[in-house]
Amino acid sequence: MNNVFVYVEIEGTLVQEVSQELLTKGRKLANTLGVELHAVVAGTDIKGRVEQQILPYGVDKLFVFDAPELFPYTSAPHTDILVNLFKEEQPQICLMGATVIGRDLGPRVSSSLTSGLTADCTELEIGPYEDKKSGKTYDQLLYQIRPAFGGNIVATIVNPDHRPQMATVRSGVMQKAVYDGKARGEVVYPAVSEYVSPEAFVVKVLDHHVEAAKHNLKGAPIVVAGGYGVGSKEGFEQLFQLAKVLHGEVGGSRAAVDAGWIDHDRQIGQTGVTVHPKVYIACGISGQIQHLAGMQDSGIIISVNSDPEAPINQIADYVIVGTVEEVVPKLIKYYKQNSK
Amino acid sequence: MGLKIVVLAKQVPDTRNVGKDAMTAEGTVNRAALPAIFNPEDLNALEQALRLKEQHPGSTVGVLTMGPPRAGEIIRQGLYRGADTGWLLTDRLFAGADTLATSYALATAIRKIGDVDIVIGGRQAIDGDTAQVGPQVAQKLGLNQVTYAEEILKVEDGKATIRRHIDGGVETVVAPLPVVITVNGSAAPCRPQNAKLVLKYKRATCPMERPEEGTPYDHLYKERPYLTLNQWSVADVDGDPGQCGLAGSPTKVKAVKNIVFQAKESKTLTASDADIEGMIRELLDEKIIG
Repeated sequence: MNNVFVYVEIEGTLVQEVSQELLTKGRKLANTLGVELHAVVAGTDIKGRVEQQILPYGVDKLFVFDAPELFPYTSAPHTDILVNLFKEEQPQICLMGATVIGRDLGPRVSSSLTSGLTADCTELEIGPYEDKKSGKTYDQLLYQIRPAFGGNIVATIVNPDHRPQMATVRSGVMQKAVYDGKARGEVVYPAVSEYVSPEAFVVKVLDHHVEAAKHNLKGAPIVVAGGYGVGSKEGFEQLFQLAKVLHGEVGGSRAAVDAGWIDHDRQIGQTGVTVHPKVYIACGISGQIQHLAGMQDSGIIISVNSDPEAPINQIADYVIVGTVEEVVPKLIKYYKQNSK
Repeated sequence: MGLKIVVLAKQVPDTRNVGKDAMTAEGTVNRAALPAIFNPEDLNALEQALRLKEQHPGSTVGVLTMGPPRAGEIIRQGLYRGADTGWLLTDRLFAGADTLATSYALATAIRKIGDVDIVIGGRQAIDGDTAQVGPQVAQKLGLNQVTYAEEILKVEDGKATIRRHIDGGVETVVAPLPVVITVNGSAAPCRPQNAKLVLKYKRATCPMERPEEGTPYDHLYKERPYLTLNQWSVADVDGDPGQCGLAGSPTKVKAVKNIVFQAKESKTLTASDADIEGMIRELLDEKIIG
């Protein structure tokens, strides 16, 4: 009872990274609260294939729902599973990925249980809360922290009186790590028919097509990112060259994506990918809040900008005042000359 | 057979132009301080609805919105593009709603409208970016949902075939009607306003939008009933005030703050060869790059 639950997302039998990130975070929250971390996964022919992708992240109890038509995901059967399981288990917190699936499932479940849900959280913490109107106090609520208003402000949301406290988190925002403490690692296989009504399967998936990601921007140790100051699609070619010699990946600001100079799936920022590289080289990026939100945790930040007053320079370790056109070839040249 | 389609649309503050007075002390949005626009993805949804109307003679498209009286503009924008009717949910009791209380209000109104085949709205609104209202409306009405739709391929034999965006790919699903659909921004853009319809509806208003002292067009409102837009309160839709607005919202805003980034001590370099080579050597020496 009152444990922390994570809904684990799969593609076929592959557990999605965002779920492992949330299990890692969920484990920390459970430890703070002194409760267990539970996980739930639903799919088809997954028994024996998914457990070892989930348990190492510190799961005390894993619920595996395995039946035909649970993959590909559709809304109603997965909602039935969570709603009925949560009625039995009474979790205090439920986390899921802010993915297409999580953002389809989360609100449906929250509405069924009349519990609050906060989308796209960037931080989750446990802390006290006082309701000024009723005078009631709460010791350990989940602080659901998220940017709002196009990234111009950060709001902390709480759900004082409804359980579970639900939150979704985007991929890459939390970092996954195998748990080095002790967890029970119990696995159960409940009968799906006791949780899902046959009528739940009325929506049929005719065709499901997913392509593997073309790049690993999220996990890259070095990111070369371009903004409006790159000036053209050709300008990005230089950034790809620099990324190649440094064994990094290329990303872009929203302005560069909107200009059509780089693919949408390489957008870095609050509405794109969140990155945590060792080195972030920002080329011609002014640094709007929505961009900074996706890269502020980078190790060393190098800003190449002809404007010495660009906002991103505030959080940069190195500011190179110059044009992208002039500086990037020099970075390539001197890296090649000096590295072995 | 014609379809009865309700488009969910929201008037949103243009978050690209946010000033300091955008939030109230209670942490809710001060909408009056911001320019108001038709939520972009709701326009994508309206286009899908209007296409269905063209394909299925006898269909009707109505725009349902919730907000202050000035949100009547959203209904007019819909009428200018080809919608047949609209409803404005407006009441102080609706104020301060989170997504769950919003969904309750919209679902109650949809029940009042009655016999709806398709409820369609944008995936999410740009002021909240939550994408929660569509699925929550569907749950409250006990209807199927298809989110992240890019195109409604066809509606026949009581079923909708829909192509939808998923992470890293696409999916085609078939859902029986009635169904709630949310439309992704990658769907077809909405058609422009039609000049004839603008002329026809430009004086259309909800009663609360009209100044108390009257307008020069009062005679028009008597002669042309279609210029008076539907305006519903909580009582009009038989709503439970306890489930509306701030009272019906499980989530509370604990704190709101402006984003402040920790400024670092940075080294400022020129674009000279010496400066750049110096930096590269420094990064290599400290094994920051390999």
